[in-house]
Amino acid sequence: MIFSLGKKAILAGALALIMLTGGALAQAQDTIKVGILHSLSGTMAISETTLKDSILMLIDEQNKKGGLLGKKLEAVVVDPASDWPMFAEKARDLLTRDKVAVVFGCWTSVSRKSVLPVFEEFNGLLFYPVQYEGQESSKNVIYTGAAPNQQAIPAVDYLLGEGVKRFVLVGTDYVFPRTANKIVEAYLLKKGVAQADIVTYYTPFSHSDWQSIVADIKRIGGTGLKTAVISTINGDANVPFYKELAAQNISASNIPVMAFSVGEEELSGVDAKPLVGHLAAWNYFQSVDNPANAEFIKQWKAYIKDDKRVTNDPMEASYIGFNLWVKAVEKAKTTDVDAVLKAIVGLSTPNLTGGVAKVLPNHHLTKPVLIGEIEDDGQFQVVWETEGEVEGDAWSDYLPESADLISDWTDPINCGNYNQKTKTCLGAEKSPEK
Amino acid sequence: MPRLFFLNFPARALLLSLGLALALATLPTDRGLAQADPSPARESLAGVSQSGESQVAGSPFGEPQEPPTADLAAGTDLSAPVLASLQSSKVGDRDAAIQELGLDFSPLSSQILAGLLQGRLHLDRASGAFYLEEEGGFRLLWPETGPSTPENPRKVAVNNRQRETLEGLLNSRALRDPDLERRRRAAAALIGATKVDLALIQNLLTQEADERTRDSLRVIVALGALRDSGSPLSAKLAALQDLEGLYAPAAQADLKLLAQGQEPQLAQAASRVLRRLEARAQHLALVETFFFGLSLGSVLVLIAIGLAITFGVMGVINMAHGEMAMLGAYTVWALQTLWPQSPGLALLLALPTAFVVAGLVGGAIELTVIRPLYQRPLETLLATFGLSLILQQAARKGISSMNVPVTTPGFMSGQWLISSNFSLSQGRVIIILFCLLVFAVVYLIMRKTRLGLEIRAVTQNRAMARALGVPSSRVDTLTFALGSGVAGISGVALSQLTNVGPNLGQDYIVDSFMVVVFGGVGNLWGTLVGGLIIGLANKFLEPLNGAMLAKITIMVGLILFIQRHPRGLFPQRGRVASF
Repeated sequence: MIFSLGKKAILAGALALIMLTGGALAQAQDTIKVGILHSLSGTMAISETTLKDSILMLIDEQNKKGGLLGKKLEAVVVDPASDWPMFAEKARDLLTRDKVAVVFGCWTSVSRKSVLPVFEEFNGLLFYPVQYEGQESSKNVIYTGAAPNQQAIPAVDYLLGEGVKRFVLVGTDYVFPRTANKIVEAYLLKKGVAQADIVTYYTPFSHSDWQSIVADIKRIGGTGLKTAVISTINGDANVPFYKELAAQNISASNIPVMAFSVGEEELSGVDAKPLVGHLAAWNYFQSVDNPANAEFIKQWKAYIKDDKRVTNDPMEASYIGFNLWVKAVEKAKTTDVDAVLKAIVGLSTPNLTGGVAKVLPNHHLTKPVLIGEIEDDGQFQVVWETEGEVEGDAWSDYLPESADLISDWTDPINCGNYNQKTKTCLGAEKSPEK
Repeated sequence: MPRLFFLNFPARALLLSLGLALALATLPTDRGLAQADPSPARESLAGVSQSGESQVAGSPFGEPQEPPTADLAAGTDLSAPVLASLQSSKVGDRDAAIQELGLDFSPLSSQILAGLLQGRLHLDRASGAFYLEEEGGFRLLWPETGPSTPENPRKVAVNNRQRETLEGLLNSRALRDPDLERRRRAAAALIGATKVDLALIQNLLTQEADERTRDSLRVIVALGALRDSGSPLSAKLAALQDLEGLYAPAAQADLKLLAQGQEPQLAQAASRVLRRLEARAQHLALVETFFFGLSLGSVLVLIAIGLAITFGVMGVINMAHGEMAMLGAYTVWALQTLWPQSPGLALLLALPTAFVVAGLVGGAIELTVIRPLYQRPLETLLATFGLSLILQQAARKGISSMNVPVTTPGFMSGQWLISSNFSLSQGRVIIILFCLLVFAVVYLIMRKTRLGLEIRAVTQNRAMARALGVPSSRVDTLTFALGSGVAGISGVALSQLTNVGPNLGQDYIVDSFMVVVFGGVGNLWGTLVGGLIIGLANKFLEPLNGAMLAKITIMVGLILFIQRHPRGLFPQRGRVASF
C-alpha cells in the first residue's frame, strides 16, 4: 500500500505515541493493578457503585500503609453498565489489556455467570462479594458472600422456631430466587411442612404493582395458620412491595417477611416506617456493636464525605475479600494467580462482627448468620444469630442432584464438582498448567 | 372573549387545583396530630393509637395521646420495679415488664404500651426517666417530676414477639373504648391473635351493642370453643353453627382439621361451613381483583395521558417521557425535604410545582431537540432516547444513584373498611379518583379551550392552520409542555406507589406507549379505555398464571390486536380527528 506524505507523518506520530505509552506502561509496572468490575450506570448502579467506592477506599488505605510487596496498588475501574454481556467484555479487557492482578466485582448472578468463562480462560482471579444461590464453584473465583446454607437455611430455621407453619416464597424471576427457592422448598419439605403450605410467586424485574400478590398473601395468612413470607425480591421492586403490605394492613407481627436481598443500603432510600419489624438474614449488619465495625463505619463515612451513608453486607464481604487477597499475596510473595490461589486456602481474617472469616477449600468462607428486624431508621436490630461461624457449602445438600457433590480446590481432589459417591470429578477441573 | 378564555382556563384550573390542594392539606392538621405520622403500626392497631382523632374534635384540650382506657383507670400506681426492668438491656427483662404492664390498667401503662408499640417511648439513660416522643419534641411520662426534655434519649426497642403481645394487650383494652370505629378494628384484629382472654371477650359480648364488633367477638369465642379440646361436642357444634352465619377466614385451618376428623357429626358440619367460607372468599377475591385492575389501569392511564398528547396528538415519539414523570416524583421529594414536618402538604403542593417544572423542561426540550427534527420520527426517537439517558444519569450524578425517600402522608395510607372483612386501601382509591380528575381536566383543555382548538387544528392540517393565523410553532411548544407537565403530575402519583429514583421513568415508558397505541393514537378516550382494559386484563390474568405470564399474555394479545386493528381501539377516522 502506498501512503501519501501526510499519512506517513500521521503514522510516524502514531508510532511515537505507541512508544511513549509503552514507556508509560513499563513505568506502571511498579504498581500492582487491581481491577474493579462494578456497574456505575444502569439499574444495578444503585447497589454496585458503593462497592466500587469501598474497594477504592481499601486500596487507598493499603497504599497509606506502604502498599503491597513494596509496590503501590493502582485501581483500574471499568463500568459494565448493568449489561451482562458487557461484563464479559470488560473482564476480558481487565485481564488481557490491563493485566490486573485481581478483580473485585459483579453483583447479580447473571453477571457472574457471564464473566466466569473469561476468568477461567485467562486464569484471572475474581472476588465475588454478594450472597448467591450456590451450585457453583470455580477455581478462579473466591466467593466472599454467603452460600445458601449461610443465609437461607438458617433464616428458615429461625422462622420454623417462631412457629411459622405456612410459607409464601416471593421472588424476582431470575436465577438466584429460583435456585434459592428450590433449596428452601426442599428443606421445608424435609422439615415436615406440607407441600400445600408452600406457595411460590415470581414477578418480573422492577415489578411495581403488588396488589394481587399481597392480597393473596393476606388471604393465605388469614386462614388461622401462622404464615411468613420469604422474599428474594430484587432491588427496586422491594419498595412497592413493602408499601403495598402496609397499605393492605399487613404488619410484621401478623405476617413477617424474611428478605434475602434487603439491606441497609436498600433501606436508605426508603421511608422505613412501613417496614418496621420485617426481617432480613445477612452475615453482617451495620448495627453490630463491635470496635472493628465502628472503625470501618467511621472510615467509610470519612472517605465518602457523607455522614448519612450506611454500610452493608456486600461491603463487609468486599472488605474481607480485599484483606484476604492482601494476606495471600503477602504469603505467596507474588501476585501470580496460581500462587495466590494456593496460598489463600486456609487463610483467615477477622470479619466485622467479631468473628473470623476463613477461606475453605471450596473457595467459600466461614460466616456468622444474623437475623435482624428492620427499625424505623432503616437499621437492623439483631434478634438471632448462629453460634460461631457456618462453613459455606457450594453444593446444596438438600437438592437431590447436588447432594453428593462437593468442591475442593486443594490437592489431591482439585475439582469444583466432585461426586463423593462415585469419586469422580464432573468436569470443573483445574485447567492444565499453561 | 375566546382568547380570554384560552388564557383563563388553564390559569383557572391551576388556581382551582391549588385551592383544592390547600383545602385538602389542611384536613390532616384539623383532624389531629395523630394523622401526621403515617406509621403503619399505628394503622394496624388503629384505634388504640389514633386516640387523638376522635377526641380532638370536641375537646378544647387537644391532648393528642389521651389513653383510650382512661375510663378504666384503676388508680393503681405503676410500681417502680416494673419500669426498672423495662430499662434493662436484656430482652427477657423487658418481656417480663410488658407482661406486668399488661396487668395494670392505669392510663400511664396504656401510654407506655402504645408508645412501645409505635417506637415512640424513649428512656433517658442518665436519669432513668421515660419520655414519649411527640410532634414537637418529648413529653415526660415517668416519674411525675423531672426535666421536661431528656439529655440523652434512647428509644426502647421492641421485637416482633413483643409487638405481637403489645398489639394483643392494646386491642383487648380498645374493646372497651367508647369510640365505635376503634372497637370494630380492635375486635377484627383480635381474631388472628394467638392468645386471647376468652372470659373477657364473653363478658364484653354481653355488653357490646354494635353488630360488626359483636360478629368479630363471636368468631373469637367460637374459635376458642373449637380449639379447646376439653369442650363438649355440643359446644363445638354450636360454635360451628355460629360460624356458619359469620364470615371467618381465620377459622379455615381449624375447619379443615375438623372436616378430616373422626367425629362424623363435626366433620359434616365443618365441611359445610368450609364450603360456604370458600365460596364467599372467591366472591370477595373477584371484587378485589376488579378493584386492583381499576387501580393498575388508573396508574397506566395517568402516565399515558401525557404521552397521548405528545405522541398521540403531536406524533412525536418521546422516549424521555418517563423522565418527565421522574422529574415530577423528584419534585415531591424536594418539597418534602423542604418541609419535613408536613409531608401531606408538600405532596399536594408538588402537583402544581411538578406540572410547572416538567412543563418547562418539556418546553425547553421541544425548542432545542425536537423542533429541528419534525417529520423525522426515527431521529426524534434516537434523540429523545439519548436525552432520556442524559436525564437519568444527571439524576444519578446530581442527586444520588440511590433512590430518595418519599413519605406517604396519612391520608394516602390506611384502609377504608367496607365491611368487617373487606377493605380497600385509601391511597389506591385516591389515585383512581385523581386519574379521572386529570383526565377530565386534560380533556376539557383539549375540547374547550383556545389552546386545545389550536392544537387540534395544527395536528390536523398544519398548513391550513398557519394560513388562518395559528402560530403553529408556539402551539407545538405549548402542546409539548402540556404533555410533559401532565407526565410530571403522574410522577407525583407514582411517588406514592413506587421508588423515586433515576430508573423510575424507564420502568413505565414501555407501558405508556402500549396504552397509547392500544387505545388509538390521537384519541384521549382511547387512552382512558385502553389503560383500564389493560389494567383489568392484567389483574384477572395474574391469579391464573402468575405475574410474569400475565404480562407476556397481555403483550401477545396486544400484538394480535394491533395486527387486526393497526390503529387501535378508537381509530381516528377521515380528516376529522376525534378527541
